[in-house]
Amino acid sequence: MGKLFDFGTTGELLGFGFVQQALLAGALLGLVAGLIGPLIVARGMAFSVHATSEIAFAGGAAALLAGIGVQYGALGAAVLIALALGLLARRGSERDSVIGAVLSFGLGIGILLLWLYPGRGSNKFGLLVGQIISLEGPDLTLMITCTLVVLVVLALIYRPVLFSSVDPEMATARGVPTKLLNPLFAVLVGVATSLGVQTVGALLVVALMITPGAAAARVSSSPLVTTVLAVIFAEVSMLGGIVLSLAPGAPVSAFVTTISFLIYLGCRVFARTRPQYATPAIAT
Amino acid sequence: MTAAREVGVAQGIPPGEPSAIELRDAGLGFGKRTLWEGLNLSVAQGEFLVVLGPNGSGKTSLLRVLLGLQGLTGGSVSVAGGVAGAGNSHVGYVPQQKTLGGSYSVRGRDLVGLGLDGHRWGIGLRARKERRAKVEAALAAVGASEYADRPIGALSGGEQQRLRVAQALVGEPDVLLCDEPLLSLDLAHQHSVSELIGTAARESGAAVVFVTHEINPVLKFADRILYLVDGRFRIGAPTEVMTTETLTELYRSPVEVLRVREKLVVVGADEAGCHHAEEGED
Ligand SMILES: Nc1ncnc2c1ncn2[C@@H]1O[C@H](COP(=O)(O)OP(=O)(O)O)[C@@H](O)[C@H]1O
Ligand SMILES: [Mg+2]
Repeated sequence: MGKLFDFGTTGELLGFGFVQQALLAGALLGLVAGLIGPLIVARGMAFSVHATSEIAFAGGAAALLAGIGVQYGALGAAVLIALALGLLARRGSERDSVIGAVLSFGLGIGILLLWLYPGRGSNKFGLLVGQIISLEGPDLTLMITCTLVVLVVLALIYRPVLFSSVDPEMATARGVPTKLLNPLFAVLVGVATSLGVQTVGALLVVALMITPGAAAARVSSSPLVTTVLAVIFAEVSMLGGIVLSLAPGAPVSAFVTTISFLIYLGCRVFARTRPQYATPAIAT
Repeated sequence: MTAAREVGVAQGIPPGEPSAIELRDAGLGFGKRTLWEGLNLSVAQGEFLVVLGPNGSGKTSLLRVLLGLQGLTGGSVSVAGGVAGAGNSHVGYVPQQKTLGGSYSVRGRDLVGLGLDGHRWGIGLRARKERRAKVEAALAAVGASEYADRPIGALSGGEQQRLRVAQALVGEPDVLLCDEPLLSLDLAHQHSVSELIGTAARESGAAVVFVTHEINPVLKFADRILYLVDGRFRIGAPTEVMTTETLTELYRSPVEVLRVREKLVVVGADEAGCHHAEEGED
């Protein structure tokens, strides 16, 4: 336990440039995940985010094998598959099974590609369980660019996306171009997911993209409050996870998912004390 | 009324053409099946048109045409002086009742606010005060202020339906399209929702197309009735349409209309309509 919480070592490590870079990358991801998460929850896209992250993992592994930057492979694959999933009917009966099939295929291909990769590289399993703190560091330029793109596009389409998420039929009747927005939003989700794959790893992206939004939705029904809370939850999980992982040198994702889950549990318990403001647990 | 509304009226409906809705020789069919054709209908500003007919007779499809979500097979349509287009801001819509809410829920006031400006781009940070006042007024008009901060998923069907009405009215539409807004409401709520829509339309001079199975709650507002049965239809004042002769002719089977204490009772239509509804499924 002493090894887990060694504050001296933590303080020392925080002075290093690569640790600070990791914190910056984490903060960017937390921001994007917090802003986009409630909308993903509202649209019932949690499962498709998981599938997207596995495909991003396969894309990253393919890039590793081909000798291209892992981040580009992950980004390209994530955007393509998110677009394809976004074009699937939103609540089609087949949707879940298609996503399930894609997910396991992505994971399988990714593992095969990693096995084919001759090098040992820290990258190798980082794609699955996170590699944010490494001497190579995250590709900050790409991360900042992606974050900015997501933020700007999201700001432009936020209101109609929220409308079509909570009230799709009415949104269409009022002239919201859902046929354009669905794939566009899916691409944003793809970009955000690939950022997650590069930092917390493909297996645990959901902890950052979905859990904070779902937790926030338990304690408030105001879109503004939910979004602000989701950003705070995502940042606390991400930055807290990085800092706690420093001293023991353990994988970041273990801490990120634990914090994120504890916040989710806390929100559910809190919701019980004032159910009138939270989304009811069972849809009526 | 507010300035925005006056502008809306002035631009939406040009002088010399007083009708809010104009259908000329309109027809609609899917594949080989024709729902209705040769429909000539003009609804004036401030007029309240009730649309009746068995399931599958094409009532919802008619509203979808007026919303611009469905093209006609023949003829022409104009709404609020322009083409029937999705997002025509002069048009308000109360969709067929469906329960709202799920894993993520917004508050009643958010639903109403989205009805006002949810189709616009951006986050909507400007003119928030004005927006708030409009939403507040719409909520108060339907008596929903009390539960406006609760998530919609936690509300009863009747409460949700009131929010739907507020959502449609908040934009001060010139044309209000309602698809069975009374469905699955108890009698008291049927009356209060009818009253809301009827009086709001009267006050603002909006034209209303009101699809319903239950005529009695809206009978006192109804200026005319469009009765659709299996491709045949009749348009006229309630006293002309709701008669034993007219409905027997429309259904091609004996239907009797009785007047019992200010209420209309139609006997035989459900039986005649059932056969048709089954046909409509395939
Ligand atoms: N897009 C469509 N394609 C094919 N058939 C349709 C379509 N929309 C409606 N229909 C058919 O048209 C008929 C009338 O439907 P609808 O307008 O919903 O009836 P109502 O609202 O009067 O019950 C139904 O039989 C329905 O199956
Ligand atoms: Mg219908």
